[in-house]
Amino acid sequence: MRSEAAISANELTKWFGEGTLKTFAVREVSFQAYFGEILFIVGPSGSGKTTLLSMISGVLRPNVGSVAIEGVDIWQLAPDQLADFRLNKVGFVFQDYHLFPRLTTIENVAIPLILRKKNWEESIEEAARYLEIVGLKNKAELPPMKLSGGEQQRVALARALVSQPDLMIFDEPTASLDGDTGRRIMNFIKNNVLSDQRCILIVTHDNRIFEYADRIMKMEDGRIIGFDNGRSH
Amino acid sequence: MNGILKLAFKLLVNDKGKYAALLVGITFAVFLMVQMTSIFSGILTKASSTVINLGAQVWVMDPAVTNVASSIPLPTYVLDAVRSINGVKYAVPLYSGSALVKLENGVFQFVTVLGLDDNSLLGHPELIEGKIEDIYAENAFVAVQDTEISKLGNPRPGTEFEINDHRGVIVGLAKVSVSGLFGIPTLYTTYSRAIQYIPSTRFTIAYILVEPKSNDVIPSIQDQVRQLGYVALTKQGFMQKIADYYKYQTGLGTNILIMTVVSFLVGLSISGQTFYTFILENLEKFGALKAIGAKGNELVYMIFFQATFSAIIGYGLGVGLCAVVITLAKLRIPEYSANITFTTLAFALVMVLIIAGISSYIGIRKVLKIEPFDIFRS
Ligand SMILES: Nc1ncnc2c1ncn2[C@@H]1O[C@H](COP(=O)(O)OP(=O)(O)OP(=O)(O)O)[C@@H](O)[C@H]1O
Ligand SMILES: [Mg+2]
Repeated sequence: MRSEAAISANELTKWFGEGTLKTFAVREVSFQAYFGEILFIVGPSGSGKTTLLSMISGVLRPNVGSVAIEGVDIWQLAPDQLADFRLNKVGFVFQDYHLFPRLTTIENVAIPLILRKKNWEESIEEAARYLEIVGLKNKAELPPMKLSGGEQQRVALARALVSQPDLMIFDEPTASLDGDTGRRIMNFIKNNVLSDQRCILIVTHDNRIFEYADRIMKMEDGRIIGFDNGRSH
Repeated sequence: MNGILKLAFKLLVNDKGKYAALLVGITFAVFLMVQMTSIFSGILTKASSTVINLGAQVWVMDPAVTNVASSIPLPTYVLDAVRSINGVKYAVPLYSGSALVKLENGVFQFVTVLGLDDNSLLGHPELIEGKIEDIYAENAFVAVQDTEISKLGNPRPGTEFEINDHRGVIVGLAKVSVSGLFGIPTLYTTYSRAIQYIPSTRFTIAYILVEPKSNDVIPSIQDQVRQLGYVALTKQGFMQKIADYYKYQTGLGTNILIMTVVSFLVGLSISGQTFYTFILENLEKFGALKAIGAKGNELVYMIFFQATFSAIIGYGLGVGLCAVVITLAKLRIPEYSANITFTTLAFALVMVLIIAGISSYIGIRKVLKIEPFDIFRS
């Protein structure tokens, strides 16, 4: 396991609005996450989980504080460098997947590769391997809307995996899945996605899956109120 | 970059409904613009029909002449003066006027009469029936075989009519490349017969047709004619003058211009609107692309490609549709006046690219503004 912190968040603060409308979404949050671990972020609705995730993954600029990924202060990067950072280092699985309905399943998976300037055929070929990993090889040519919720989740997962990112970020991965499917996805993440070279952040409400966490970071009202060990420890 | 373009292409074309609507808008706009300007160009060609059909290189006229039909008679001495200009190979008078003829069945009909120089018959049309020499026969006239000829009762060689109490007889039928704008039949005869049969003012020369010794001497001929107080125009110069007259002094040009602008605006709003809706509905997808790591300039590139691609396809369809419509119209109405010119095509292409530019500009602004964070939170 690499000893250097995968993520190092420092006094992260984000507010929205100004004057009387000013509300703090995240206040002075500092924590570290490491390669080879699955860190859960839990907390009530509106406690700032998604906001925090966005600042860590280079999507939302903090008002105060800094984020270092593998030692690089990402919010000091120029916009194009930041885009490259997201493309090469981060794999996202959005809460409602954001798959492209007009593209086939395999084309959806190939998108990050295409954005990496690979040519179309190469990208599709490589995407096929990842579709196979998530067990959807036979659905390659279908539009994503023809797939079940769990299958769509796996497509989104394959799309996040193709870049072989160091950081995998899931926002509510199991919220819209039944318990069994949710557990199957989590097993897959634990057995096939997690590695010594990778750090996984998962935001969730779903206490059915807490057992998969290495650590659980609890948030309330924009602040960290404590850490729990996951049950697997 | 080719993968990104293909991605943009698929995102556009796979959305069949919206893509079709986009094409319809652009096709419609191009069709209207090309159709309008083609009709106008057809009208301008017809307005210059006499100039084109006679084919003389240089035309001498009164400076106040604005179009070929309303000639201003030139004094005879001008003809002599022009003939003596250095570089003039020969110069001949042309009579151009209108007359009322009475057909065999007693019906009256207005005609345009062109009187060709007796010696040279310079500018005479090609005959499809009869021989041009027959024009020297007694009372001889040559009728132009165009759509207007039915107004003369479809005459054959030998058909007789009355022209200002003189007997007239058709000795031949001529073919011309462009028929006139005003729907009046045309008769050719000799200059001397024209002024003899048709009541005229003191001066009878409408135009002097000049054949220069070479093209190089035309400017100096023009110069010397100017010193006489008249103007000498080349064939193109005269056509341009006629076109300018219809464009700027008849309201015709303004109306066509307004129609063209309207069709541009209609096309712009239909396709701009559709493209904008397309962008709006895909905003979330563009946001996701941004979050995944697409750079700003890549998104710009994609949207610009989508808009331009639609514009070019719509342009092709619009021009094609126009060609089909004009061809069909010409099958039914042989003299239907519409020319698709290169200028028209280039103009429409520029307009359609402007439509693409504006549409993609709106789309790009919108897409560059979206925060992937908002996608995240949804
Ligand atoms: N763009 C925004 N404008 C204004 N307020 C915002 C914006 N985004 C987030 N907020 C506010 O910030 C706070 C934290 O939002 P966030 O989405 O991070 O919460 P969350 O913990 O992810 O909640 P949930 O569990 O419901 O997803 C909320 O009070 C929210 O209303
Ligand atoms: Mg959230």
